[in-house]
Amino acid sequence: MGTTTATHSGEINYINEFKGLKSWFTSLDHKRIGLMYMISVMFFFLLGGLAALLLRLELLKPGGQFLTPDQYNQVLTYHGAIMVFMVIIPGIPAVLGNFFLPLHIGAKDVAFPRLNLASWYVFMFGALLAASTMFTSKIDTGWTFYTPYSIKTGTAVVTMVLAAFIMGMSSILTGLNFIVTVHKLRAPGMTMHRMPLFVWALYSTAILQVLATPVLGITLLLLVAERTLGVGIFDPALGGDPVLFQHFFWFYSHPAVYIMILPAMGVVSELITTFSKKTIFGYTAIAYSSLGIAGVSFFVWGHHMFVSGQSEIAGIVFSFITMLVGVPTAIKMFNWLATLYKGSISFQSPMLYAMGFMFLFAIGGVTGIMLAVLATDVHFHDTYFVVAHFHYVMVGGTLMALMGGFYYWFPKMFGKMYNESLARLTFIFIFVGFNVTFFPQFILGAMGMPRRYFDYIPAYQSLNAISTVGSWLIGTGFLLSLYVLVQGLRKGEKAPANPWGSKTLEWTVPSPPIHTNFEVDPIVKAGPYEYK
Amino acid sequence: MFWLNLAHAESLMPTAATDVAAQVDNLYKFLLISSFISCAILIGGMIFFAMKYKRKTDNDKTAYITHNTFLEFLWSFIPLVIFLGVFGWGWHIYHQMRHMPENGLEIHVTGKQWAWEVQYKSGVKTANLVVVPIDTDVKLILNSMDVIHSFYVPSFRIKQDAVPGRYTALTFNANKLGDFHIFCTEYCGTQHSGMIGTLKVVSKEDYDKWLEEESKVSTLPLAQRGEKLFQVKACAGCHSASDMSVKVGPTLYKKFGAEEELNDGQKLKVDENYVRDSILNPNTHIVKGFQANVMPSFQGQLSEVELSALIEYIKTLK
Repeated sequence: MGTTTATHSGEINYINEFKGLKSWFTSLDHKRIGLMYMISVMFFFLLGGLAALLLRLELLKPGGQFLTPDQYNQVLTYHGAIMVFMVIIPGIPAVLGNFFLPLHIGAKDVAFPRLNLASWYVFMFGALLAASTMFTSKIDTGWTFYTPYSIKTGTAVVTMVLAAFIMGMSSILTGLNFIVTVHKLRAPGMTMHRMPLFVWALYSTAILQVLATPVLGITLLLLVAERTLGVGIFDPALGGDPVLFQHFFWFYSHPAVYIMILPAMGVVSELITTFSKKTIFGYTAIAYSSLGIAGVSFFVWGHHMFVSGQSEIAGIVFSFITMLVGVPTAIKMFNWLATLYKGSISFQSPMLYAMGFMFLFAIGGVTGIMLAVLATDVHFHDTYFVVAHFHYVMVGGTLMALMGGFYYWFPKMFGKMYNESLARLTFIFIFVGFNVTFFPQFILGAMGMPRRYFDYIPAYQSLNAISTVGSWLIGTGFLLSLYVLVQGLRKGEKAPANPWGSKTLEWTVPSPPIHTNFEVDPIVKAGPYEYK
Repeated sequence: MFWLNLAHAESLMPTAATDVAAQVDNLYKFLLISSFISCAILIGGMIFFAMKYKRKTDNDKTAYITHNTFLEFLWSFIPLVIFLGVFGWGWHIYHQMRHMPENGLEIHVTGKQWAWEVQYKSGVKTANLVVVPIDTDVKLILNSMDVIHSFYVPSFRIKQDAVPGRYTALTFNANKLGDFHIFCTEYCGTQHSGMIGTLKVVSKEDYDKWLEEESKVSTLPLAQRGEKLFQVKACAGCHSASDMSVKVGPTLYKKFGAEEELNDGQKLKVDENYVRDSILNPNTHIVKGFQANVMPSFQGQLSEVELSALIEYIKTLK
């Protein structure tokens, strides 16, 4: 991208410059912290994934298989809580964002490196606290902690809720760090409109993290106060209002779904331009639609509550605003599509994941509209239709982008290449498995099967069986990915500085980069996607 | 056999048994078709471009296109119009769902862990069974005794949360005879998926006959009233009465007069007081192999006569 490039390809890089475990645990290097997040997130993904496989196995046939109803409800809660709080929310921002945000804007590090390390420790403390409840009295509320069930149930709600509060704290710290970094540390010439779209996405996400997460924090603290001190806030037996909890909860958790998806959209923009060798279509539209989504997403929370007893007029207003949030999302999809036009498209594994993202996100998007329409939502709400929809968006969207981003940046992060054919195979397993698992769930939902069901009527059996088989394919795909990672690290060929011919700044430095990222501070003279 | 099941198109959406349900289905069909077209454009377009512009050499020339205001306007404006259209359509139907009839048949439905208690104005009570006449405006007044439940009848395409501490309501006018599922769609704990009821739509004559027969319960002999209560209070959901099978709680078959071993090793004879304690303060005696805090207390929910009736019924389980 027309910058002065560091050509020095010496042996010293951020991985081998300092040695020993202590150098990792006390590192202020955003790249090392990104890797530490990566290992943590992978560990929790494994845990949450095992829970998912257990759930699907239990649902293979109607009736109890090998879990009791209570155990099923616990596994369900851990699957949701782990995947949301410990995998998808930190997934892209804390792993790929941490690693590449400073590199993308030509900075040596994030604005507050010490805070960055602190946010990892805070996250790990919260995550381990949450995981510790598995060995104590467990939790069975579902990841949403709806009152008054979460007040009455005799499980480890207080510990889990405090853990979520602590992880929220870490999320706020990361967001704050990113906002300041974007504003203060851009290299000379790196104007806002020359930032890669991944940075725009992270920036919009960071705003959401800083503004929305405190509301979750307060809500969870109120829940703890209610359980431990008996203050009546949400429990009608104490004069509280259980629906108030839902308002508070979704006021955070709806923006939170954009905390989960916006970074994914950023990654996809990078992948599609690189592997089409073409400048992005509608840079401004994509950049500002991220901000637009972030803004509007604060005013749509009531669409989770059309049948909760909220007034008809509230339902109508929330349905209307939800339609508005659909537009910038549609804009992005069309922009990516237009970027492919007259490009030079290569089907490397990261691009396969990006195209997988577009495929699944299109389906997730249109079913989102079906759920935003009042009359159809009344039927679909809290059925498997919703389960299928948010898996298409969160897994089909965020996780596909995370995998694509991971394969795209793997050479930069570790300085090695992975086995490309195996990486493509992981895509096939995950993509096919995903559709086999979740598409039948749309039909199950339309047929009326409610979610969070340990048991179901025989009419739902065949589709549930198909769905369970799909989950094994996904599991195989991810195990294979783990193998590709390990094999690439051990035996991979040395990666060149720019294996894909990308134009963003991180590809101008050696793979892996040196501790301070750039030997010579870059001066930026053009936009991020100048494929001419 | 998977495919056999799928071949029945009707199983993809349960039978629509109200006018509103038929309207919802029309909207759903429109959404399905427009979604299919959108996905065909997006996914089909993606695959088409990917094939057509497949990389041939590493030095392929690509077009440098930054934006196109007209196209961008088009693909923002068209989705917006469609979204607002389906929003209005959805609102129109939703308004009918939420419009409560003036002179409808009102029935009180209370959710509790894990059953629906139904009370008619004439005093008739049932559990997990709502019987309504066909072609009649019905209004269900919902409430919950413990946590939030949600009353869902897939065939009517309606759903409403039952929230403790307040009333919510649901209305429908069934136009098909038959039995329809009632599911609980708000997660409510252990037996959430077992909280299934039946909504029975019968002819107006059958409805009157049914109501009359049910009203005779108070003149029945004590043990038969107890049997009725055992269903109405949903005891049967957790305790079997006809064999030794174990549901959520211990079986009551051949229990009265027998000796019960408790969790703390103590052995007690099951007599009138044992049963009374177990109903009013379920945590007093926890049978070996079962857990405390599972059964809710029925303190204040049963009259003395009703308690006696239940005890007399349990005596007959042999």
